[in-house]
Amino acid sequence: MLKDVKKNLIWYIALVAVILATAFGAMKMTERINYEWYWGRVPQYFVFSGDEDQFADGNGEAVIEEIDMDQSKVILEYDNGEKDTLILLQDSLMIEDGDSFSEGDKIGAIHVVRTGILIEGLITTLELSLYSGIIALIIGLFIGLARVSKNPLFRGLASIYVEVIRGTPLLVQIFIFYFFVGTVLDFSRFTAGTLALAIFAGAYVGEIIRAGIQAVDKGQMEAARSLGMNYMEAMIHIIMPQALKRVLPPLAGQFISLIKDSSLVSVIAITDLTKAGREVITSTFATFEIWFTIAGMYLVLTFTLSMIIRYIERRFSVSD
Amino acid sequence: MIDIKDICKTFYVGETVIKAVDHASYHVDQGDVVVIIGPSGSGKSSFLRCLNMLEEIDSGKIVIDGVDLTDKKTNINKIRAEVGMVFQSFNLFPHKSVLENVMLAQKIVRKRSKTEAKEIGMKLLVKVGIEEKADAYPNQLSGGQKQRVAIARALAMNPKVMLFDEPTSALDPEMVGEVLDVMKSLAREGMTMVVVTHEMGFAREVADKVIMMDAGQILEVGDPEHFFTNPTHKRTQAFLSQII
Ligand SMILES: Nc1ncnc2c1ncn2[C@@H]1O[C@H](COP(=O)(O)OP(=O)(O)O)[C@@H](O)[C@H]1O
Ligand SMILES: [Mg+2]
Repeated sequence: MLKDVKKNLIWYIALVAVILATAFGAMKMTERINYEWYWGRVPQYFVFSGDEDQFADGNGEAVIEEIDMDQSKVILEYDNGEKDTLILLQDSLMIEDGDSFSEGDKIGAIHVVRTGILIEGLITTLELSLYSGIIALIIGLFIGLARVSKNPLFRGLASIYVEVIRGTPLLVQIFIFYFFVGTVLDFSRFTAGTLALAIFAGAYVGEIIRAGIQAVDKGQMEAARSLGMNYMEAMIHIIMPQALKRVLPPLAGQFISLIKDSSLVSVIAITDLTKAGREVITSTFATFEIWFTIAGMYLVLTFTLSMIIRYIERRFSVSD
Repeated sequence: MIDIKDICKTFYVGETVIKAVDHASYHVDQGDVVVIIGPSGSGKSSFLRCLNMLEEIDSGKIVIDGVDLTDKKTNINKIRAEVGMVFQSFNLFPHKSVLENVMLAQKIVRKRSKTEAKEIGMKLLVKVGIEEKADAYPNQLSGGQKQRVAIARALAMNPKVMLFDEPTSALDPEMVGEVLDVMKSLAREGMTMVVVTHEMGFAREVADKVIMMDAGQILEVGDPEHFFTNPTHKRTQAFLSQII
């Protein structure tokens, strides 16, 4: 690596120069349209930290004990005998010890630290990708097996599935799945979105696995069968392990695509990372900052995944 | 032991029809070593592969140890477990160690316990002289070693018959001997063997019968001496003069 840097020093310098020039160019362009950058608005959508007002649920009397300089323990004794205990900020208190209050009165405020909508969106995107990825892998395994099967029924059905899914846009599939299948079977948005993505990715995973199976030398199946294993036993013990090892890199690519494609489910009002970004923009107008942030967050997800896969590949390649 | 009656195997490649096996009949006795010779493309492999149904025959009948292979009720996997096969290209399982290669089918097909499979596996690896490589993976072995493991793997099923399809053709010349030695000792133990090979030394030493195949047909049958001294057919003479 170091030797390489020395040898190609000039090119590495050029690389850095091009990157810097691109960044500078982008900056200059935004200057031309007079865009005001407010990066400061972004962090609160990762972690929200602030005061949140608390209101009484009914009529009653308050007992207030001071805990320390900043906080007080407020016990709301409602007329119906129930009690609420709140820890409120000293400065925010609207009533004093022994005061009575009525329903809807503001009592004070508490300090909250909450994950922001971007983190929630990120988690939703992760869940979507994880669940649909797992289902896609299962679908893909069966489709891959069906595609190389000698049985015309399995082979035919699998081909039709793959052709239909690969021949139509994912966006359209999501709509059909949500409005038609989802309504008929009464799916939640999240379920509909997850399944639509899984069925989409499953077709591609199936093709990858089919190619992997077909890349295993024919002699392997013959050797296994000549030992008396049946077709399924040979597939499970001999063909699949070799095929799966081979398909790891294209499979990784497919899962990275899946993470990115999951952004399309925001059209059926699932608050994934992309939808979260859109919502933040409507309240902040920090269009550029948010989209760059969203892009960065997707990049973190996909890059982490490629790193994990690379690690697994290295572990795998030890055996040969 | 093996009764082959008038079998045919045809391949269709596009427009062309290839009669790989064309009305071949033969009978292999228990304990016989039969060597098949013949020019490339004469149907030797196809003939052999019909014997364990790696190729399905179009017509004719094969009966092994009293079991009719063409009978619909016959469980083909059961037959295959009784008929070991050794390939020219070894076909070891690359993701399994040498010992696992020999153990796997024992566990799956013969339903042997792990300890039993391991014990039998090690015994066979000793027999083919490769026990010190038990934990190695196939790609760490030489061609001769691979083929010996492949033989052990087939023997682990306790087959009644062993089929060999040019087992030494892919080997460097210096490794041919070690594989032939294993096969010879098998033959002397009384294993029924059908061997496609051009190693005429092997044929002379252990073969009971030699079959000359040509264009999918069995052209000439005789004991090894017959082929060395006075082969009948012109094609056999021409072929032998090329390989000896
Ligand atoms: N799977 C197959 N598909 C099409 N043709 C085949 C196949 N296997 C063998 N053949 C053809 O059958 C003929 C006999 O082949 P083979 O049995 O391999 O002969 P040999 O082993 O004597 O060289 C050849 O012409 C070969 O091209
Ligand atoms: Mg051949």
